[in-house]
Amino acid sequence: MTPLLFADITVFVLSLLVGFEVIREVPATLHTPLMSGSNAIHGVVLVGVMVLAATTNSVLGYVLLFVAAAFAAMNVVGGYVVTDRMLEMFRPHPRPIPADDTHDRAGAS
Amino acid sequence: MTGFDTAVHSLYLLAAASFIIGLHLMTAPSSARRGNQLSAAGMALAVVTTIALLAHDHVMTAVAALTLAVGAIAGAVGGLLAARRVKMTAMPQLVSLFNAVGGGAAALIAFGDAIPHAKSVGLSALPVSTTVTTSLDLLIGGITFSGSLIAGGKLAGVIPGQPLSFPGGRVLNLVLALAAAGSGIAYASGHGGIAMLWILAVAALGLGILVTLPIGGADMPVVISLLNAFTGTAVAMAGFVIHSTPLIIAGALVGAAGGILTKLMADAMNRSLFNIIAGGFGTADSTGIDPLGGASTSVREVTVDDASLQLAYASKVIIVPGYGLAAAQAQHEVVELAQALTEHGIEVSYGIHPVAGRMPGHMNVLLAEANAPYEQLKDLEETNPEFARTDVVLVVGANDVTNPAARRPGNAVSGMPIMDVDHAKSVIVIKRSLGHGYAGIDNELYSNPKTAMLFADAKVGLAALMTGLHAYVH
Repeated sequence: MTPLLFADITVFVLSLLVGFEVIREVPATLHTPLMSGSNAIHGVVLVGVMVLAATTNSVLGYVLLFVAAAFAAMNVVGGYVVTDRMLEMFRPHPRPIPADDTHDRAGAS
Repeated sequence: MTGFDTAVHSLYLLAAASFIIGLHLMTAPSSARRGNQLSAAGMALAVVTTIALLAHDHVMTAVAALTLAVGAIAGAVGGLLAARRVKMTAMPQLVSLFNAVGGGAAALIAFGDAIPHAKSVGLSALPVSTTVTTSLDLLIGGITFSGSLIAGGKLAGVIPGQPLSFPGGRVLNLVLALAAAGSGIAYASGHGGIAMLWILAVAALGLGILVTLPIGGADMPVVISLLNAFTGTAVAMAGFVIHSTPLIIAGALVGAAGGILTKLMADAMNRSLFNIIAGGFGTADSTGIDPLGGASTSVREVTVDDASLQLAYASKVIIVPGYGLAAAQAQHEVVELAQALTEHGIEVSYGIHPVAGRMPGHMNVLLAEANAPYEQLKDLEETNPEFARTDVVLVVGANDVTNPAARRPGNAVSGMPIMDVDHAKSVIVIKRSLGHGYAGIDNELYSNPKTAMLFADAKVGLAALMTGLHAYVH
């Protein structure tokens, strides 16, 4: 096992643990945006596709590259936009009424 | 490490940090939108940094650059249009589609990376760590791609939602699993080359289809959470293949998020992951038990007028929405009714079961779209203690999640956490008919003396209640 691989595995395992800790407390209200938002984060695969493009030099490679680039860009752009649209709707008070008395969800119940 | 490399790695680190902080902000409704925007900013930073890196290295062919640019623009435009136009009720299938393409892209990275290596150095010269992660990436990414497409098709109604199975399906599954394992191990140990990757890709795609098809509609929240976790893992594997830290970090974060949601959803249905993947609910094996033996004879019907009167004179009302509400797109009607009751001084909240929609938290999104204030949206644990001091519970299109039979062993819903609506003083159920839920058994709630049935489509019934309410409330 090379030091480079070991460093990669370390990063992977620690990121998993950080992910569990950070997301564990998410309320049910936000499950859909969380899934959609984390979906957008794996759109970082676009960065991988770009790195891959640097070594692509065959016809089959170009075809795969094109499809991968389209897939990844769709994932990342669509994912963030749709999550933002959803979260825009989450308001503490009905929109027509101006938000004057603010009390947090944590205070209720 | 040159100064340029240091800058690139620092910017990648900054991007990864913004993903983590962004996800953290997404755990509270008030900061969630900022969290997503921070995460998007980090993503933009990662992409721009990669462009700078590629421009600096200058090794990409002009054809590759053009292919990459055209492909990315086409995908971005497609994703943008779909995301802007989608209705909130169609959200689950769109999220599934985005999940599919993400997994597909990760699998293609594994494939695309192997091709030039096969030409130049020969695959047997590749380190085992690369060939192992290539195989895993292709396997997981392939399963996610086809599996998410099937799940999305089921959610969109293009593919029937019932569990689909056919004779010999299990055998074919086994054959594909063996083919995938065999070709994956062969490639990882340096035998067979690119041909093994083709076999692995086909086997993975087939497995994704065959594993998802037999899963019933009610289990969809679990399945798409699981597929989400798979995509994250596939992206992390792609990160191992091309040694890209941002991919490893982001993939692991998504894997963790999907894993947590999968567990929450499976717990909310009291079903093990194995049970769900093996298929079950709504299939022949759950129809034998009928705890009621002809409930339809003993239910009490209520007129719109009486139901409106009951609501108008309540001091506390809990609304329990279910899939029927989402299917009828009645979220606006229910929120309008809730607002009218609130303005009349009645305490109103929504009791939302974790699997009320078709993806985790789907019902909350629909109600938020219709302008329901989020502090009225309560989950199962928050709502259940409240029922005892509730005058009227309005159940709209929910079935299995309100069935008291879940408290007894020996039936299809046994052990499933339910909304304790029968603890309230009275219950009004808006439902089209006495038809069964996904579990395929009678709901004992409907024959409870406290319960009154208002037989109507959710949208029509709620609008009628609203009209009826105007006679008592103004």
